[in-house]
Amino acid sequence: MTIALNSSDENDDRMSHPPILQADNLGRCAADAHWLIRNVSLSVCRGQQWAVTGPTGCGKTVLLRTLAMLDQFDEGQLLWNGAEISNEKVPSFRRSVVYLHQRPALVSGSVEDNLRLPFQLAQADGVSFDHDAVMQSLQQLGRDTAFLKKSSDDLSGGEAQIVALLRAMHVDPAILLLDEPTAALDANATQAVESLVSRWLNDSPTTRATLWVTHDTSQLQRVADQVLAMESISETEQGDD
Amino acid sequence: MIDGPADLSYLNILAAACLILANGLISLALQLKLERRLAIASLRTIMQLLAIGYVLAWFFRPQTPWFAVALLMLLMSLIAGVAAVRRVEWRYVGIWLNSIVAVLASSWLVTTVALTVVIPPAVWTNNIAQYAVPLMGMILGNTLTGISLGIDRLGEELAGKRDRVEMLLTLGATRWEAAREPVRQAVRTGMIPIINSMMVVGVVSLPGIMTGQLLSGADPLIAVKYQIVIMFLIAAGTALGTMTAVLLSYLRLFNRRHQFQHGKLSRR
Repeated sequence: MTIALNSSDENDDRMSHPPILQADNLGRCAADAHWLIRNVSLSVCRGQQWAVTGPTGCGKTVLLRTLAMLDQFDEGQLLWNGAEISNEKVPSFRRSVVYLHQRPALVSGSVEDNLRLPFQLAQADGVSFDHDAVMQSLQQLGRDTAFLKKSSDDLSGGEAQIVALLRAMHVDPAILLLDEPTAALDANATQAVESLVSRWLNDSPTTRATLWVTHDTSQLQRVADQVLAMESISETEQGDD
Repeated sequence: MIDGPADLSYLNILAAACLILANGLISLALQLKLERRLAIASLRTIMQLLAIGYVLAWFFRPQTPWFAVALLMLLMSLIAGVAAVRRVEWRYVGIWLNSIVAVLASSWLVTTVALTVVIPPAVWTNNIAQYAVPLMGMILGNTLTGISLGIDRLGEELAGKRDRVEMLLTLGATRWEAAREPVRQAVRTGMIPIINSMMVVGVVSLPGIMTGQLLSGADPLIAVKYQIVIMFLIAAGTALGTMTAVLLSYLRLFNRRHQFQHGKLSRR
């Protein structure tokens, strides 16, 4: 069960745009027929900043993974620009809706190797790694070229998350799905991540959107203008077919 | 053949068994607790080899019909397919079928090539079992090792590097791009034993079949030629079997929506 809280007039205006990502009554079942999420409906429009909140175990991560099509859903439908996503379009869809895990996964090698990674995939389709754009982002974070050469094994938790975030941003998605990206970070690293996301949104406010899972109410105020409040599925709903 | 093989009496076999007995005594003295397993393994060796000896003696008769030989080979392949999975730690739904398909496809294909292209049919037409059964046995024994090592490594890689696999998928990788590195590692692992054997054959070790031929009085050069052919057939069978098993496993664990179905993978 979910409740969408749509708060401001500005957002009402944005809602007049057609949704780019639309979930209708999404449900995902575990192997033991236990519902992990059920009846989740959500419409994400360009320019929106959603926060996803709810008690532990209510399915926030499951929802984000399902929205990124990392996991199969068992009920409902998911539409991208009004159409269902065919099997062969899934990789290109994931290029537009990038999911960022709480634990950043980096490959062995330098920071630059990690940032180049998305451009070595078939979906890059000739688009190459933009060194200047990356340098510009790093300068905004107070980092220089030495950071690019740093080994991924030597990064702190905050630095690793920033690299993962930069890597996702430079793919140029329309939506970033942020699964508690700052949960394991200290205040400074949290601020750096929030600023980075904020700058990314402000660079193109009418084309980009975020969904940010957070337990922190003060962070919610800073990073979102829409709230999707999720609740745990009750025993009655579990059995309700 | 220079001479026919000299027969061994049961007393000769008993003498060889005394060496195992000595190992059992050492185990008892050092409290290694290996003696029971050694005894069981020795008894199984005697029983299994004697049994297969009688079975082969029946199959090697010139009047044995070809379909009886084919049935025996099919049974051997099925047992190898099952045995390959029994050694695997990481399991998923469909692993048994995948293993049996991989064993069947690789061993039958390689044996067919061996009996048509490598060893001319004129050589074996009068007694197909004498050539087909030992060849198939050698190929199966090595292929099943490659398959179990390959499938197990794939499961281990995918489970251990799930974050990396999913990270690639989140960045728009296809299922093949996300699984390519674990698949490569798995196939390489499955091929390690046979490649190692090929590296040292004749230098460090004399393979069992060649030793057997030499002891039976065969010309060393003929034995070597057979051994080269057998090593190549084994390597081809192992490579084909391992690749088939690993690729089939990949297709079970990654669906057409480019999703890694990690929930299907479990450790025994």
